[in-house]
Amino acid sequence: MPQEIHTHALANGLTLLAERMPHVRSAAFHILVPAGAAHDPAGKHGLAGLLCDLMTRGAGTRDSRQLSDALDNLGVDRGESTGTLNVQLSGATLARNLLPTLAIYADILLRPHLPEGELDAAKSLSLQDLQSIEDEPQRKVMIELRKRYYPDPLGRDQRGTAEGVMAATIDDVRSHHRTLFHPRDVILAVAGDVDWPALKGEVERLFVDWKPQARPPLAVARPEPKSGHIDKDLDQTQIALAFPSVPIGDPDFYHARGAVGVLSQDMSSRLFTNVREKHGLCYSVYASYETFRDRAAIVGYAGARPELAQETLDRTLEEFRTLVNGIEPDELDRVRVGLKSALIMRQESTSARASAIASDWYFLNRIRPLEEIQAAIDGLTVRGVLDYLRRHPAKGVTVVTLGPGALQVSQK
Amino acid sequence: MTFHHHTLPNGLTILGETNPAALSVAVAFWVKTGSRDETPDVSGVSHFLEHMVFKGTPRRDAFAVNRDFSRIGADNNAWTSEENTVFHAVVLPEFLPQLEDVLADILRPSLRGVDFETEKKVILDEIVRYEVQPGWAVYDQARRTFYAGHPLGNSILGTTQSISALTRDQMAAYFRRRYVAPNILAVAAGNFDWDRFVHLVGQATADWPIGDAPRTNRTEPPGAGGVHLITKPADKVSQQYVTMIAPAAPADHALGYAGALVSTVVGDYTGSRMFWALTDPGLADEAGMGIDECDGAGAYYTSFNCDPDRAAECFGIVRRLLEDVQKNGITQEEFQQAKTKVLSREVRAGERTARRMATVAKDWVYRGEYRSVDDELAAWDAVTMKDVREVLDRYPLTNQTVTAYGPLEKLT
Repeated sequence: MPQEIHTHALANGLTLLAERMPHVRSAAFHILVPAGAAHDPAGKHGLAGLLCDLMTRGAGTRDSRQLSDALDNLGVDRGESTGTLNVQLSGATLARNLLPTLAIYADILLRPHLPEGELDAAKSLSLQDLQSIEDEPQRKVMIELRKRYYPDPLGRDQRGTAEGVMAATIDDVRSHHRTLFHPRDVILAVAGDVDWPALKGEVERLFVDWKPQARPPLAVARPEPKSGHIDKDLDQTQIALAFPSVPIGDPDFYHARGAVGVLSQDMSSRLFTNVREKHGLCYSVYASYETFRDRAAIVGYAGARPELAQETLDRTLEEFRTLVNGIEPDELDRVRVGLKSALIMRQESTSARASAIASDWYFLNRIRPLEEIQAAIDGLTVRGVLDYLRRHPAKGVTVVTLGPGALQVSQK
Repeated sequence: MTFHHHTLPNGLTILGETNPAALSVAVAFWVKTGSRDETPDVSGVSHFLEHMVFKGTPRRDAFAVNRDFSRIGADNNAWTSEENTVFHAVVLPEFLPQLEDVLADILRPSLRGVDFETEKKVILDEIVRYEVQPGWAVYDQARRTFYAGHPLGNSILGTTQSISALTRDQMAAYFRRRYVAPNILAVAAGNFDWDRFVHLVGQATADWPIGDAPRTNRTEPPGAGGVHLITKPADKVSQQYVTMIAPAAPADHALGYAGALVSTVVGDYTGSRMFWALTDPGLADEAGMGIDECDGAGAYYTSFNCDPDRAAECFGIVRRLLEDVQKNGITQEEFQQAKTKVLSREVRAGERTARRMATVAKDWVYRGEYRSVDDELAAWDAVTMKDVREVLDRYPLTNQTVTAYGPLEKLT
């Protein structure tokens, strides 16, 4: 099936991307603004999250309630989230409502009221979000892992800190918006039943007055990954680990995905088979791949009852380390079929496509055609994956645990 | 899209919705059994059996089961509820024959003793995993309290005690009683050939036994009423979690659509009464209302979690809000907005084969009919304000059973 993809660069630096999908009646959008938590100033960690919350509490000619009603009356399901590097605003609705929806998002991006009277409410929600992590041990251990594994500011908890949230003023929020919300490097991606000329014309009209300015550089510290244990009286010990991989633009990228696939693609993969199925050690164990533009990691998770936690950790680490010793051709065949099937099946979702093309543009400055990704997956070989693992072995793994009592980490 | 159905000589129902424009086909075996069909001595057996279905057959060991899903890139999983156990997968159209082969095979599991003992450990870990998540713990407790002995209140996972004591023979007996052909549906939606599907299912299930799998106690429970506190130390559970349950229309009730619109107005995640009363002012981190439509009975779930210091205030607000809707109903604007949201969601859900498959199955299981996406849209459109008043009178929102979980010893 041929893809219909359009791109358009506005003079002010905003990039518009669109994929027209046949046979759907909906459309989805995904907006990336480089204003994530890594840009929060010292002492004000959590500012990006507060800004993200306040942006939808009134914008343009509408107050908070009118804005929410306008989007609801267009049937827009939506969400805003603060990532490490980007703030994301996304949503989906019927295709015929797309352009009026984007007009409202132009207000949110360019003309938010950022009302002082609602700052306390936004702060309260941020503080509760921070507090609620204590009741979600799996989420907490992954946050603690990233803090210890990545250099600052990449390892920051996007939610910030209670002190940072409390310290932020409305002037901080407004100045953060002025500094970071301008069109340069902003990506607006749309997928679904879209009419490209009409979309392009409307986006030009909506965003033409958005004035560009220089983006402040981001200083990243030197990486010093540290393992650690957080003692807490839990009925289940949480185990998280990470070690370096290659970023998405790297020639080894698909090899890294292949390696993670052999470990953790589905219920026939090694972690599930060897840690859960053969030994019944735990319900949940997985590996995944995560990337920035310039660095990437393979991360792992397992949660087990405390009396089984040491064995779970040992066996999980063993699976990461012994992967380099050999992969069966059949294992990699399954990874290939799985990756290709998932790729095609995601084509049915307008939200998934909008997010995928935005992500490609962010990381690669282009959209990978489906044939290119399929060819790269077809081209995966056992030898290629093993060579990658020799170059990037699971050594010096950062391990963070949360639960009653520390575990021994054997650094073979 | 075209609907098809067929009943095999052994009583197994086959349903299909063909859509040649789809990129995938979603398939399931839908077994009409769940925790409500269990006696106390086998509490949790339906869910444990769902796991054991993946542990092998005379033709395949556990690894071969997972491998054969993996080989065709299947996005497969299973779930167990109070009244259904569903084994489902999405594949590219060319893999349908292989998928049907493995899916039908595993529905006749060997239930080997050694696998049973290993998997028991995984189930015990899963029980702990949910117990340490207060959001889940409160839900389970709230249901048990509300249903007060009615089988819909049975725990899906069972308890550490019931699972520890469960024997392989008890599970085998339950399997023989409940997994009879007339109690099972084979369902497909997406891009596939109907005649071929009927042939594949017919061949694979020809020797499945005939039998009766009746369901006892299909009464509508009135709800226990009252406010029930489960107090946990603050260092274990940091927020206060409150779940309120009230009787709602059963799945086949004509007022179901009106009830769902009421729950959207009261507790949708955007723009609802609860959103403006609790989330927007920052009083509660999460707040919302949903509806669970079951066989012969339904329930409104109203829940929020917040700082324990504010729980009494939030509880008061929710109670007043529910009383107000009960007495004065909803406004015309709210009614239209809820319809718009629901219609937009229906259209988008209709674009995914997995969602269509589940909807086609549910409509048949609960209403004994097929409804296309457009039928569904027309049914939502047809709801009137009079229906809303009627559903409120028949199923009052004020008829709540309240369960609170967290550090507090009293809620008012």
